[in-house]
Amino acid sequence: MSSTATVTGAVDRPAQRRWLPLVAIWLALITAPVWFPLLGGYTALAGSVLVFGLAAMGLNLLLGFTGVLSFGHAAYFGLGAYGAGLTLKYVAASTPLAMLAGTLLGGLGGTLFGLLIVRRRGVYFAMCTIAFGQIFYYIAYKWNDFTGGFDGLRGFHREPIGLGALALDITDGNRFYYFTLVVFTLAVALMGFLLRSPFGRTLRAIRENERRARFLGIPIEQHIWLSFSISCFFTALAGTLYALLNNFADPLALHYSLSGFFVIMAVLGGMRSFWGPLLGAAVFVVLRDFLSSWTVNNWMAFLGAVFMLSVLFFPRGMLGMLKRRGVE
Amino acid sequence: MLTLILYNVTNGLMLGAFYVLMALGLSLILNLSNVINFAHGNFLALGAYMALELTKVVGFWGAFLIAPLLTALVGVAVELLMRFVYRRDPVYSLLLTFGLAFVMQGLMLWWWGPAPQEMHMVPALEAPVSADLFFITWYRVFMVAIVIVTVIAVFAFLRYTRVGLRIRAGTLDLDTVAALGVNVKLLRTFNFTMGCLLAGLSGVLATGAIGINPNMGDDLLMPSFIAIIIGGVGSLTGTLFGGLLIGVTAALTAAVYPAASEVVIFVMLVLVLLIRPRGLMGEEGMLS
Repeated sequence: MSSTATVTGAVDRPAQRRWLPLVAIWLALITAPVWFPLLGGYTALAGSVLVFGLAAMGLNLLLGFTGVLSFGHAAYFGLGAYGAGLTLKYVAASTPLAMLAGTLLGGLGGTLFGLLIVRRRGVYFAMCTIAFGQIFYYIAYKWNDFTGGFDGLRGFHREPIGLGALALDITDGNRFYYFTLVVFTLAVALMGFLLRSPFGRTLRAIRENERRARFLGIPIEQHIWLSFSISCFFTALAGTLYALLNNFADPLALHYSLSGFFVIMAVLGGMRSFWGPLLGAAVFVVLRDFLSSWTVNNWMAFLGAVFMLSVLFFPRGMLGMLKRRGVE
Repeated sequence: MLTLILYNVTNGLMLGAFYVLMALGLSLILNLSNVINFAHGNFLALGAYMALELTKVVGFWGAFLIAPLLTALVGVAVELLMRFVYRRDPVYSLLLTFGLAFVMQGLMLWWWGPAPQEMHMVPALEAPVSADLFFITWYRVFMVAIVIVTVIAVFAFLRYTRVGLRIRAGTLDLDTVAALGVNVKLLRTFNFTMGCLLAGLSGVLATGAIGINPNMGDDLLMPSFIAIIIGGVGSLTGTLFGGLLIGVTAALTAAVYPAASEVVIFVMLVLVLLIRPRGLMGEEGMLS
């Protein structure tokens, strides 16, 4: 994963300092089922960090690296979750098929919708993504017989994966964590590769100066559309993992407030850095779990206050601040 | 049968009136400050709760006058916070109002509890207009009349006063307005407050139409967004038109097939984005 160090823009740092954070991140992720419960967490919570982290990193491809604000990514996350759940429930008891179906459903949904709005910019773009995202929320909410309505989709669970003669049993919590980690690793490697490619550099050129990029002959709309589409595929993949993790898909996975949470995760961790959203997701998931057990009714108010304070005082996010200190 | 259709249409029109008021306030704030106010629905709920409390002290008519003003006062405080993020990327102002929505909802939940509350209306307003159409109470007539008067007042204010002229000019090019010596900070505060005043007023009106609870504004927020997109971002006339259009369409759909009345709004959104992406009355290049 040397690609990611380049992505964060730390080209001229000594090799040792470039590798150290990466080694630390992967070590922490691999050993999470051991140390996380010791700190009072549980493995499924660590799984949630990976799932939301992947979704937020997918969103950040668009938000942080293309400079386009989507406030409706929960729609594609939820489409992934429902796609996987409905496939397991109604079509076939196969985990890979469910993940493929969910990812395609969410990704293609985003790709089609992206066509409608690539010419919009800024707040208007954000507003279209919110409004459009709510369509799927209403469908899942209203179509009781098929999607389970407000109570969510139940009656499916993750199936062991058959690899020829070898069966991979992922029904156990710890094993599913490692399965999630493998999927996460592959997805993140692909994302790092994409961002390092000429395509990824073009996206950053658009973020920095759209007009200049246009004068250089770069087809802006096409690139933003592709970036939107790719980020929806990643978020949808995270959605399928969400459904498998909980053996459950709920309409709140489609609601615009979750879209806002994804944006918060990216900003909280640092949206100009590759790993920022993962760190933001970790903070968000742990904080929400802690607050909802500590205060029964009012965790939302505290969470909102944390959002407001971090937006006002730490706009660069955690990794953004670290990096700035490193430069100075 | 006819009564049933009329009943659904009346309900739809009443919701449409709320969409218009909500969307006008949202649109004012969006046009001048480039901010999507996620907490707008919570300002509505706050207005409703203020009316609930004030009615106990000064009666409904007193509450009707005071509650929107108090809500607007909260709006002033919020706008002072917003000043920190205007010059930054739009993502920050969005997240600030997004967080604010949670805080406001949480505080109202803590203070007034989750259970819906009833408010006792003036008896004269609770009476139906006629015995046949029992569902059309004088309250509903009163509500629609207030909405019409408010909309006319807002448009007249923007059209004929100096401050209104500045707000309209600021919508087109705020930097030039600032360069001409207008106190843009104050203008933004005033404009945001006006938006919150409209939300507070819808809240007071909602006390007699929707059950009072901390989430009461949430269902109105999304249709208001859609009304703005359909009407065209940057055009207040467009917002008014968009709000009326989705209100009437939802009402007519409700008359034929009640379950589809929400879906039809989204279908209209997709159609508008497909056929006329800038919105019905929006100008190309606005907010881009």
